[in-house]
Amino acid sequence: MSFVSIQANTQMSSSCTFSLSRPEPDVLCLRLIGTWTVAAGLPVLTDVQAALKGMARLRFDCHELGGWDSLLLVGLNRLRRETEQAGVLFDDTDLPDGVRRLLQLSTAVPERQGSRRETVPVTWLARIGQTAQASFAGGRALLIFIGEMTFSFGRLLRGQARFRSADFLLILQQCGAEALPIVSLISFLVGMILAYVGAVQLRQFGAQIFVANLVGLGMAREMGAMMTAIIMAGRTGAAFAAQIGTMTVGEEIDALQTSGFSPIDFLVLPRMLALILMVPLLCLYADLLGILGGGFVAVSSFGLGISQYYDQTIAALSLAQFGLGLLKAVFFGVLVALAGCLRGMQCGRSAAAVGDAATSAVVTGIVWIIVVDATLTVIYDILGW
Amino acid sequence: MAHVEVRDLTMAYGDFVVQRGLTFTINRGDIFVIMGDSGCGKSTLLRHMIGLQAPQSGQICYSGEDFLLASETARAARLRSFGVMYQQGALWSSMTLSENIALTLEQYTNLGDEEIRELAAIKLALVGLAGFEDYYPSEISGGMQKRAGLARAMALDPEILFFDEPSAGLDPLSSRRLDELIVELQSSLGATVVIVTHELPSIFAIGTNGIFLDAERRTLVARGTPQEMLSAGGDPKVRRFLTRGEMT
Repeated sequence: MSFVSIQANTQMSSSCTFSLSRPEPDVLCLRLIGTWTVAAGLPVLTDVQAALKGMARLRFDCHELGGWDSLLLVGLNRLRRETEQAGVLFDDTDLPDGVRRLLQLSTAVPERQGSRRETVPVTWLARIGQTAQASFAGGRALLIFIGEMTFSFGRLLRGQARFRSADFLLILQQCGAEALPIVSLISFLVGMILAYVGAVQLRQFGAQIFVANLVGLGMAREMGAMMTAIIMAGRTGAAFAAQIGTMTVGEEIDALQTSGFSPIDFLVLPRMLALILMVPLLCLYADLLGILGGGFVAVSSFGLGISQYYDQTIAALSLAQFGLGLLKAVFFGVLVALAGCLRGMQCGRSAAAVGDAATSAVVTGIVWIIVVDATLTVIYDILGW
Repeated sequence: MAHVEVRDLTMAYGDFVVQRGLTFTINRGDIFVIMGDSGCGKSTLLRHMIGLQAPQSGQICYSGEDFLLASETARAARLRSFGVMYQQGALWSSMTLSENIALTLEQYTNLGDEEIRELAAIKLALVGLAGFEDYYPSEISGGMQKRAGLARAMALDPEILFFDEPSAGLDPLSSRRLDELIVELQSSLGATVVIVTHELPSIFAIGTNGIFLDAERRTLVARGTPQEMLSAGGDPKVRRFLTRGEMT
């Protein structure tokens, strides 16, 4: 039997070798000796190549061939290429039946013309051009997506948008209530950090009491919204992208489309709405926890009284300050949902593409958040808010 | 010569028994067909045989060695003698076809890069995919993905090739070509082949032995060649199945 099992391979370490002879003046006979297997490895065949010169035919003698597997095919394939180049006839009649059939099978379907990949070197100029084109295409896709979202909101207002309320409630829960623990931790710590950074400076002027103003204003106007948004980008934006991306891979988006549902209405709209509702609420919660964190530091490390800190915070903050932070939070909610859903919908059709989509959703989300935050801060300043 | 022996195997998900009391033997060189109606546990049986799921009770022996009780190393060695072709191909999407095949070769053999590359190219050529080495699975058609999956299954010259519904989703001609390929590879490599399928043309064209699992009675109700199962005196349900309900 010509077949050698894997187990046998691992036990047999006897190597394979060959000898050459010339039964006739223009015929080269290659005698295969030992086991030609993956475990044994392939001998160097350069001697055969040299001996092929001036021959008309290469034939084989397999009487001493112990066993073989795919590795013999690799060796024979190399020899066959050599014989083709040297114009020598490759005579496979004396090879074992299985080997001969496999060799025939491997050439039965000729290589399709042009299927092989040619790697063409790209010049730096071309690379710049390609990158520019890709960025324009990306920008265009974003604009189209925003346009579709706008239409979708229009349908929502007219009561024509269709999505399942059960989905919506589940998303609300996932990106609202379930985010509370992480938002609590992060905003409490950020409040503490703000208090430390500020109080150490303010103490030099004996003005530790103003740490309440710093923490209160800092959280309400800026840090509450931004930290919440960044948490949501990492937590919810990535989840949206992965979920919608996986649905793209599994043709679920196509199925929605052919069933007459707009994927934008059905998948993106509820996520967008959920974040527009939940990010401001989480932001308000983060403001409170941040002020608590600042208070904890002020009271425990800088000798302020609890009621002192409370009174100073109330005096420093107006409702409008919270309003400015909440306005930012609404924008951030839109951005996180946009980044997550856009990358999910753009996802390619493989597992690796889903990973890329999730990564890209987080990166895009955070970049947009910071850029929009800076813009809004400048606008607030110009308007004197 | 018995290659695989399954004795009194009971498969269950929790309390739900899928199949019980399965006892059968697969001989070396068989093309063994596991057939049955939808939901009878064909694929589950395959998953048990390749160690992806543990049975509730029973024995699975390869070449006389108990697969389930084997030590970690013996089990790993046994797994290397398996080649599995999954229903959807299950090619690793972040690797090219060549890399998909090369991965196990790099891990388990001492071959050089050049030899591994040529070996992968030959495996792809055997399944008619010469020249597609550098393609990613997402760039080729479903039928090509299946054939690439077969090439990957053959990477280590397995003793046993397992196929889970190889022709599902293929057109009749591709399906037939795949059948012929399986037969050709089986006879050339001398491997044992285990196929889960309910494609009647495949069953009759290539099956040399097999069993029929019944979803209602939850056990195997027929064994032997497809022709034997179809012969007079066989189980009526099996006969109906094998004739698409035309013979009662």
